[in-house]
Amino acid sequence: MSVLELQDLHVTYRSEGGPVPAVRGVSLSLERGDTVGLAGESGCGKSTIAAAVLRLLPKGTEVSGKVLLDGEDVYAMKPGRLRAVRWTSAAIVFQGALHSLNPVRRVGNQIEEAILLHTAVSPRAARTRTGELLVKVGLPADRAQRYPHQLSGGQRQRVLIALALACDPKVLIADEPTTALDVMVQAQVLALLEELQREQGLSLLFITHDLSVLTTTCERLAVMYAGRIVEQGPGREVFAQPHHPYTRALAAAFPTIGDPASRMNPAGLAGDPPDPSALPSGCPFHVRCAVATAECSSLDVGLRVAAPGRSAACVHVEAAHV
Amino acid sequence: MSDLAQVSPRAFRWARRRASAAGFWRSLRRDKLALTSLVVLVLFVVLAVVAPWVSNRADFNVINTGDNPVWAKPSGQYLLGTDNYGRSVALQVLWGARVSLFVGVAATVLTIVLGTLVGISAGFFGGWIDAVLMRITDWFLVIPFLPFAIVLASVLGRSLWNIVFVIGITSWPSTARLVRSQVLSLRERLYVDRARALGGGRAHIIGRHILPNVTPLVLASTTLAVPISILTETTLAFLGLGDPTDVSWGGILDQARTAAAVTTNRWWYYLPPGVAIIMVVLAFTIFGRALEAILDPRLRDR
Amino acid sequence: MSARFLLRKVLGAISTLAFVVTVNFFLFRVVNDDPTATMYRGRNMKPEQIASLRQKFNLDGSKWEQYLAYLRQLLRGDLGLSMKGSREVSAVIGEAIWPTLLLVGCSTLLAMLGITLGYRAGWRRGSGFDTSATSFSMLTYAMPDFWIGMVALGLFSVKLGWFPVSGLEDPGSAATGISQLLDQLHHMALPAIVLALAYVGEYMIVARSAMIETLSEDYLQLARAKGLRDAEVRRRHAVPNARLPVVSLSAINFGFVVGGAIAVESLFSWPGIGQLTSLAVKGPDFPVLQGLFLLLSAAVILANLVADLLYSRLDPRAGGR
Repeated sequence: MSVLELQDLHVTYRSEGGPVPAVRGVSLSLERGDTVGLAGESGCGKSTIAAAVLRLLPKGTEVSGKVLLDGEDVYAMKPGRLRAVRWTSAAIVFQGALHSLNPVRRVGNQIEEAILLHTAVSPRAARTRTGELLVKVGLPADRAQRYPHQLSGGQRQRVLIALALACDPKVLIADEPTTALDVMVQAQVLALLEELQREQGLSLLFITHDLSVLTTTCERLAVMYAGRIVEQGPGREVFAQPHHPYTRALAAAFPTIGDPASRMNPAGLAGDPPDPSALPSGCPFHVRCAVATAECSSLDVGLRVAAPGRSAACVHVEAAHV
Repeated sequence: MSDLAQVSPRAFRWARRRASAAGFWRSLRRDKLALTSLVVLVLFVVLAVVAPWVSNRADFNVINTGDNPVWAKPSGQYLLGTDNYGRSVALQVLWGARVSLFVGVAATVLTIVLGTLVGISAGFFGGWIDAVLMRITDWFLVIPFLPFAIVLASVLGRSLWNIVFVIGITSWPSTARLVRSQVLSLRERLYVDRARALGGGRAHIIGRHILPNVTPLVLASTTLAVPISILTETTLAFLGLGDPTDVSWGGILDQARTAAAVTTNRWWYYLPPGVAIIMVVLAFTIFGRALEAILDPRLRDR
Repeated sequence: MSARFLLRKVLGAISTLAFVVTVNFFLFRVVNDDPTATMYRGRNMKPEQIASLRQKFNLDGSKWEQYLAYLRQLLRGDLGLSMKGSREVSAVIGEAIWPTLLLVGCSTLLAMLGITLGYRAGWRRGSGFDTSATSFSMLTYAMPDFWIGMVALGLFSVKLGWFPVSGLEDPGSAATGISQLLDQLHHMALPAIVLALAYVGEYMIVARSAMIETLSEDYLQLARAKGLRDAEVRRRHAVPNARLPVVSLSAINFGFVVGGAIAVESLFSWPGIGQLTSLAVKGPDFPVLQGLFLLLSAAVILANLVADLLYSRLDPRAGGR
């Protein structure tokens, strides 16, 4: 059984301007010890999925479909059960570490709080455990006494990882854990996450807009566009041989190391991500697509099998692979 | 819009202003509470203006009320009863509206003029002018408002204009701060630089570019300053610092206390002026906040 | 908190105090050239009597000399003589301070209940509770404090007879100890409640908007994700942040409310600073007014300083680090 499974998840925010469908039918499963990557531009619904897993969406948001944590539907839980599941079954490494840590409380205190909430240990034991967690993420234990503003961006991100590990969660959701960090620190944080995942047998759902980060880390990769998964398959293959034109554009946006041609001429993607409250008709990508045909503006195809273990939501898929 | 180029700048400006006024009215019409407040305000202003035509000031002069019943309860003849001299409370409240509204508005105008002057000078010229003006503003902000007003009023003597002056001189600093911060952000914007590059003088830049952009905010803050002025006038008058020749709501309350209306349970003397104050202050506050919310969308849902 | 930060704040407070002293002198000796004039106006006084009066109140010499004399006098802690009975101003004010601190302290504690209400209102923004709390605070804001006092007096003291009408204690009462204390509390209850009513709305509004500011913060989302209850998220994570502006306001307000209780004290004949002020206005007793203004300004300046220092204690990011 998967530790985390999304079944046809729909999330619609309510706003003054009407409903905003942010996630439109996403199915995804995460097996024990697996790493799954979820990629896409900002606004494609990937962070909404992270919040949806722990039922953290704002009041009034419509959710349909199922989110199963260890086989149990999160949206059918009673409030007490939900609070118990949060942080123990699944924990989130939030993005933007500066704003995710409470500025007026010491970081150690914020980690201890989670431990004391979910495990029956003494405050002293919680403090010891906090020190161990900090050491595990590569920080001296005495950093627990610091306030968030006294730490560097990379250190804060490490604190957030330690915080996420506090209650030994089965699933770790990393929501853009490396944005706003400089490249060196990014690499360190990524290495840390990989190492922890290996050591502790964590199941990791890795959310990012940076496709290149995912290919090295993830066994499986899902690419999202406008609230849906448009391509999915083994990480390396998806990056090396994209089937969906959107994935192709994303992959091309990152220079291939050692290839001067791609470095000198990075192929970007024209246009802005679509507004979820006013999606284009047909395939939502057709307005930005280089290979769009006439039918793309009216025909919205679902995921199609493109190769063994690979699927993509594009009319060109069969043409390319029959 | 295609023949925009042929429209004169002045006509274009007016068209834009008309459009924004229409948009403003549309937003206001949606806010029922603000609209009700506007109606209440208009009602009070009309009452204050027509008072001399519908009634006679001499009717509640102590010299002429010798034959009136003393402490009459509210009735058909005396709508709100009479006081210890036989004067009609209703007439006093009606005429009190004139002083309270006048002081409220006049003191606010003085506040706004002083505050805008200081704020624009500080924000526009910057440097040591800014430093000195802001230091003074900070000093004034710390001085306790009411004691300062009381001390000033007792030093200057009891007159209507002194009250206006006292309120104006004690309440300009917050307006000055507001205007200054607004000017600072405007100064950063491109078009002021462009106006300067094109050779516009300082007076031109201030008059054409800074003032029109600061005005909406100042307008909202004006509407919010009026109730504070009215409340201050009320307190000063209650403490016996009002103009002895005029009747104001605070003055009526002072007289009601002196006449022991509270301890002898003559509620009709001290309830009506208070209710009038509450209505006007509430109306100004609600309308001012609605104005502010429309002019500054960031403040919505607060 | 660094020593430099402390020094800067203290120097700022001293400069403000110097400004107030100068304004004070300017008001009573320049705007109002001769404060003793009201004493001999309309009276048949000999020139030598006037001269001795002027000397008694330090009115001889140029303005500059008078200013220096005033400063010297202040440094000695001497506030001059009251025009009524020639008592020391410092003694007259000294007697009035404790009743005021008692009244203002109690009413401020009551009014600070508004902070809790404001947090809750902000946390549930737009709820029925929020709407009624906001309406209530707008309504009390629109009422002059002394008018609330008049209505309360008329209703609870006169009509229902629950509270005494005025004063610090029953006239001629020989009660001591506990019964004297109870008598004083009984006298203080109504003015304290009235003052609290007049200020509770402001605390509520500030607490509410401070809470609303924090509502969209990411760390609240994280706190929720950890599995904390809604009330725990509010208490442990939102309130410590929303508290910052509220604490500053409370400290500053305490300085202002001492001067703000003037009308209410006068209405209830509470023998404090406020009543003293309104009596000095009626006199007019300028030396007393001058001393009072200095005291009330100093109270606000001190309260501001305390607010700054408190803020830097509560917010680890502040404090000139």
